[in-house]
Amino acid sequence: MRNVYLSADNIITPLGFTTGENAINMLEGKTGIRLIADEKISPVPFYASLIDSESLDTRFSSIGEPDKYSRFEKMAICSIKETVASTSIDLTGSRTLFILSTTKGNIDLLENNSFDKRLYLWNTARLLQRQFNFRNEPLVISDACISGVQAIITGARLISAGLYDNCVINGTDIISEFVLAGFNSFKSLSTGPCRPFDKTRDGLSLGEGSGTIILTSGPDASGNDKILVSEGFSTNDANHISGPSRTGEGLFIAISRVLQKSSLKIDFISAHGTATSYNDEMESVAINRAGLQDVPVNSFKGYWGHTLGAAGVIESIMSIYSMRNNILFNTLGFSVPGVTNPLNLVSVPVKKEINNCLKIASGFGGCNAAVLFYRK
Amino acid sequence: MEELVQKLKEEIITALNLSEMKPENIDEKAPLFVDGLGLDSIDALELTVLLEKKYGLKINTAEEGKKVLYSVNSMAEFIRENNKG
Amino acid sequence: MKKNSVISGYCSIRNNKVVVDDKLLFECPSENFGGFAAAIYRHFSISYPKFHKMDNLGKLGFLSAELLLKERNINERYSGEKTGIILMNSASSLDTDRRHQETIKNRNEYFPSPAVFVYTLPNVVIGEICIRHKFFGEGNFFVMEKFNPSFMADYLSQLIDNNIVECCIAGWVEIDGDNFESVLFLVEKNRGTETGIVNFEAATIELIYNSK
Repeated sequence: MRNVYLSADNIITPLGFTTGENAINMLEGKTGIRLIADEKISPVPFYASLIDSESLDTRFSSIGEPDKYSRFEKMAICSIKETVASTSIDLTGSRTLFILSTTKGNIDLLENNSFDKRLYLWNTARLLQRQFNFRNEPLVISDACISGVQAIITGARLISAGLYDNCVINGTDIISEFVLAGFNSFKSLSTGPCRPFDKTRDGLSLGEGSGTIILTSGPDASGNDKILVSEGFSTNDANHISGPSRTGEGLFIAISRVLQKSSLKIDFISAHGTATSYNDEMESVAINRAGLQDVPVNSFKGYWGHTLGAAGVIESIMSIYSMRNNILFNTLGFSVPGVTNPLNLVSVPVKKEINNCLKIASGFGGCNAAVLFYRK
Repeated sequence: MEELVQKLKEEIITALNLSEMKPENIDEKAPLFVDGLGLDSIDALELTVLLEKKYGLKINTAEEGKKVLYSVNSMAEFIRENNKG
Repeated sequence: MKKNSVISGYCSIRNNKVVVDDKLLFECPSENFGGFAAAIYRHFSISYPKFHKMDNLGKLGFLSAELLLKERNINERYSGEKTGIILMNSASSLDTDRRHQETIKNRNEYFPSPAVFVYTLPNVVIGEICIRHKFFGEGNFFVMEKFNPSFMADYLSQLIDNNIVECCIAGWVEIDGDNFESVLFLVEKNRGTETGIVNFEAATIELIYNSK
């Protein structure tokens, strides 16, 4: 089984069009979440992290005509372009696979035409494939909120097995009336910017974003500070399709499997931390069951909201940024612990040597995933 | 009240897709969220949608929800009280 | 690829027929999938009230898994943690997405339903199957234009050869408007090729999928 290294990456959210830009804004305590009053998306104002359309179009205009592409496409293309331009690897050969992680793709187009071809996720992936001349038919992974982590796990698995040498992974999801209405019906949206793990947390804030990361078997393309991806795992709670298991069963199993494969002492956990009452509680149970309650842990959702299919990718990228720059981001929105099991929540930015990071996620359908990024 | 209770039972069966149940199987006094009907959190939310859609009534807090959705009778009571005058 | 993995059975639900291991078990003309699904549920005396709450994709996946696993006792041979579910389709959850859109398209009749919305994610059908059969293992949902037997063979081989799963339910579960098609395979590690059991590889997957 071959090693899998990380090469270039990119994050696009309201906090910036590059990973670095996002990081700077986050360290200044900025959030992309704000109150949005847009009748087209929701009959009542809501808190969400929404990318400025004009900035997106301006950014995209050096690539193509903004009017000819959907919001989703513009975000994904900008992110992939930036990433591909920052690596020395030739990604147009037969040894490269493109994976798209998304929950709903171009779902905003559904209101105009129920059978629009662009609604088919494989079609969107093909458009991105053509844009960047990826040789092979792309994979599309759609596993609710664990899609991004699962895409990284799957890509790493295929490289490790020798089926491919490189994997370009993009995770994107947009804010839409469709998704907002749905989460509203679950009464799971926050009444202010979300507060992960906090005593007063009252729900999630939606966000939109696009993240791209390149996985590769070749250490040369991964810079001087080589960071690798471990074998990761997904599991199912087998309990309920929308509520997480009270015992954190599935997540605990996924974390245990990652820990079994690696003898490393974990330096940092990037939690899912959506700020719903049930998710955060469940994660605290699973983390404690795994004996990791003293490990510094944070949630990124206070900066970007819950970006669904993009979450696993952009949160992994920023965790890797933490490793490269020895800085832990605080859990924005958190102040007083509100889960029954103790956690070592990062509440102010901390300069610390971080040699590995455990990324975890959970989602609708009872799915969970865990993967480890580490420095050899 | 009898009529309302009967109507509610039929509406609940439809809203929650309890296809294998008949109105006479539902005891209007019994708790809805106990093993009997096997209702879960999604069902609770669907019942609040039912109250809004069919009766124009909103439930504002989780506590209120627990009280109103306790049984078919408590739901009927809530409807009766709020549709007076 | 190690050759000790086998396809020990399959179930296909398409063209208004239910076929398990090459035997036609049920056939029923029906105007729509909902009617056909209800007929299958009754015909096989399935008792699982939650079935009626599922969306069409959920029902199709649930029924396929139910009939695939009937009387095979895989729970006795494999732990839930070592049993995985890998599904693929082309339309993702579009069938239900359209239903959800209907509930919000008119602001005067704006009643989004959580019971509908929860199914606007294709992997939820994996959850339904896991809940029913108590599977805790690896799960993944891929969206692709057409069923790809080679990809399924390659990907599942990785999971099995690396001991991530020992048993896997995998295949194609698709609903898009009036079109529905499901072909689910039961893949097991370390079983001899007894009568009716074939090697797990792209060629056999394709053969079974194409046997309409």
